Amino acid sequence: MAEPILRLDGLTKQFGGLTVSDQVDLAIAPGELHAVIGPNGAGKTTLINQISGLIEPDHGRILLDGRDVTRLPPHRRARLGLARSFQITSVLPGFSALENVAVAVQARSGSSFRFFGDAASEPALQGPARAALAEVGLADRAEVPAGHLSHGEKRALELAMALASEPKLLLLDEPMAGTGREETDRLVAVLQRLKGRFAMLLVEHDMTAVFALADRISVLIYGRILASGPPAEVRADPQVVAAYLGEEME
Amino acid sequence: MHTPGEMQSAAPAAAEEGAPAPRRRRAVVLPALLFAGLALLPAAALALSAGYMLDLFTRVMIFSVAALSLDLLIGYAALVTFGQAAFLGLGAYAVGILAAHGITDALVSLPVALAVSGLFALLTGLVCLRTKGVYFIMITLAFGQMAFFTAASLAPYGGDDGLTLADRNTVAGLPLFDSPLAFYYVVLACLVGAYLMCRTLVASRFGRVLRGAKDNPVRMTTLGFRVYHFQLVAYVIAGMLSGLAGFLLGNATEFVSPAYMSWQRSGELIIMVLLGGMGTLHGAILGAATFLLLEEWLSAFTEHWKMIFGPFLVLIVVFVRGGLIGIGAAVGRRLFRG
Amino acid sequence: MSTTLLVVQILNGLQLGVLLFLIAAGLTLVFGVMDFINLAHGVQYMLGAYFAVAFYGLTGSFVAALLLALAAALVFGLLIEAVVVRRLYGRDHLDHVIATFGIILFLNSGVKYVWGAAPLSLPVPEALTGSVALAPGLLYPVWRLVIIGSGLAVALLLYVLVSHTRIGMLVRAGASNAEMVSALGVDIRRLFTIVFGFGAMLAGFAGIMIAPILSVEPGMGDTILILAFVVIVIGGIGSIRGAFVAALLIGLVDTLGRSFAVDVLRLVMSPSAARTVGPALASMLIYLLMAVVLWVRPSGLFPAKGR
Repeated sequence: MAEPILRLDGLTKQFGGLTVSDQVDLAIAPGELHAVIGPNGAGKTTLINQISGLIEPDHGRILLDGRDVTRLPPHRRARLGLARSFQITSVLPGFSALENVAVAVQARSGSSFRFFGDAASEPALQGPARAALAEVGLADRAEVPAGHLSHGEKRALELAMALASEPKLLLLDEPMAGTGREETDRLVAVLQRLKGRFAMLLVEHDMTAVFALADRISVLIYGRILASGPPAEVRADPQVVAAYLGEEME
Repeated sequence: MHTPGEMQSAAPAAAEEGAPAPRRRRAVVLPALLFAGLALLPAAALALSAGYMLDLFTRVMIFSVAALSLDLLIGYAALVTFGQAAFLGLGAYAVGILAAHGITDALVSLPVALAVSGLFALLTGLVCLRTKGVYFIMITLAFGQMAFFTAASLAPYGGDDGLTLADRNTVAGLPLFDSPLAFYYVVLACLVGAYLMCRTLVASRFGRVLRGAKDNPVRMTTLGFRVYHFQLVAYVIAGMLSGLAGFLLGNATEFVSPAYMSWQRSGELIIMVLLGGMGTLHGAILGAATFLLLEEWLSAFTEHWKMIFGPFLVLIVVFVRGGLIGIGAAVGRRLFRG
Repeated sequence: MSTTLLVVQILNGLQLGVLLFLIAAGLTLVFGVMDFINLAHGVQYMLGAYFAVAFYGLTGSFVAALLLALAAALVFGLLIEAVVVRRLYGRDHLDHVIATFGIILFLNSGVKYVWGAAPLSLPVPEALTGSVALAPGLLYPVWRLVIIGSGLAVALLLYVLVSHTRIGMLVRAGASNAEMVSALGVDIRRLFTIVFGFGAMLAGFAGIMIAPILSVEPGMGDTILILAFVVIVIGGIGSIRGAFVAALLIGLVDTLGRSFAVDVLRLVMSPSAARTVGPALASMLIYLLMAVVLWVRPSGLFPAKGR
């Protein structure tokens, strides 16, 4: 395949005696939507935290667009084009929906050490922010403080923030968690539309969503990659069915 | 629309951002009224021949500048610093020590006051801001105390007893500060300037990052901001503003002492910010006025006025939901609604 | 600088360190276990001293005064916990700071109201007055040795309590993970009350022991409180061992710095310059030490696990 946008080489992390990432190898091509599935406690969030830089791996390397970022702090990785959403919704509750997205735009457009000029009336920030909000269907909620949005709307807002930062790779940590069926369908539709614009790493429990969206799927169990490949292949893998999908797919 | 919800939001500053227009208008009207009142006060003082009012409100405005700087940190960056009085003292000592060496012009002493307080903020901020929460509170407290003891050990400059100035500073050789009225307006101009600067700052790109980091520092980091740098710059700006207040305080009292830097003074500054409602800026001014006038009034009754004020603080923290922040917001809302 | 003077100053440093430990121990536990910032810990030290003076006035016996003052300090600590502190667990740190600041204002002023602003004193117990010759030409006040001894004894007692008893186990667990402790079905509120009261009593004990050699006056707890903060920040919040090491370190550095800074500086600058810079440098020394420690280890020397 083409030069991967993200490559993990033998990523290993231990907490005390527990190995939460065990020699994880993974490659994601530009524009690919790669899903990581696995039972609770398989180490999915830990994996995402290592990629985004909140946790440092014990061994192994993380390459973002060919560049070794293993020891880079999170804000530097973000500047290199890595965006993420969180498992627990992580928006700025006191900011309006619009300002949440605008701050994401701001992060990639010029210095933020500007002390004069009203940021809220900078067209270069507000314009792209409104566009991103419209894309996730929140255009009419722009002025509402993010803390007052519904759970599904917050999820959509996170997506808008990720969009606005024009990432090369977007890490999605259980974007559907805790949303109702209807909201899940909406989020899937939004992701469907975004697919191909940038690469995505999707961690998700909702198998319907995963199999609807993913180009490729990796199955993580006890910190190890058990199988990796196109959805049909993974679904048919007897090892995967035995270890995980069996119960999940019923 | 969502007014009840807004009350629970612990971030009045940010709520303002997405708030309907009337609310924004109030944020303009109230400060304008406040400053107009302060501008007209000398006339009233003159009419009532209450000269002491001029001194009292000069003092109120000086502490308002310091409280403003603290609101910038507590209200907009969630940096609860317990050492803000140190900067007040540094500014005042810059005036005092320079005067002891015969340099009494504000064109020298003001830049020095700002530079010294800014430098102290930079050096201590580098260490303090690496820590969080409880550690941050205690470390700022400790650095403040360091400044206090250092000042007290400066035997050539009065040590514990402090330092008396022969006269107020001149400005480019002119005795501008000597007239109480002129000095009052100089201080008012400084306050208005500081207020407008802070207002601009919190609305700027820089201020937006600061406010975002207050809400959720991890999120801001993953968006690509090095929060530490933004907080450090804010800490230095706030330090310099308090240094300005110290410069004015030294000139106002014509006396400089380590007591300006005591940690109790830092605590009082925090109380001022909270009394007025944090994260509003003009609240800091209202809070400083409330605190100092309350002090003036209560201490006229009894020298043990703190026996009343202390439990009052405890009561509002314990019984008002959301602590002082809650009462600040509640009081603020009542004022805004009129 | 003579050896005798050095030894005397080292002992003085130890004495200050031990005193700081008595105060910091309670403070660090209250922080560690309850995540509560108690600025009013210093006034509990002050109250201990005042109680001792008051009870000595009533009974005329130091031992009786000591025991009664200890009991009073404990009761007072429990009272503060029940009336104010208990309502603030889990609240914002800012609320803790303001409420306990209010308590300080009240008590500093209250003490002045009851006992007056003038400093009071407490005599050293008859049997322990005077000095003892530790070496030829090296006289040291007996009472200061008693302070050092009793402080070390308390440290030992605390060590045993914390590492070998059930309640100590809970305290240690609480310092690293309070949720886990309550998940174990322990009445965490009662544990908090006990720890708070005990901490207050230790601070009171420090105040009682120091009363015979310091003047007892309003505000005496305020300065020592900040030193205790420096101690627990350096030692690592929640760690008794850290508090002990840091307390002795701070006690020694501060005392030796103040005694010898001018002499040391004289080696590199003119005597008059040394006399000016020395005291200033000496008073900054412990804060610089703190800055260095925190630069290298932002959560102190012995960070309690999990925070």
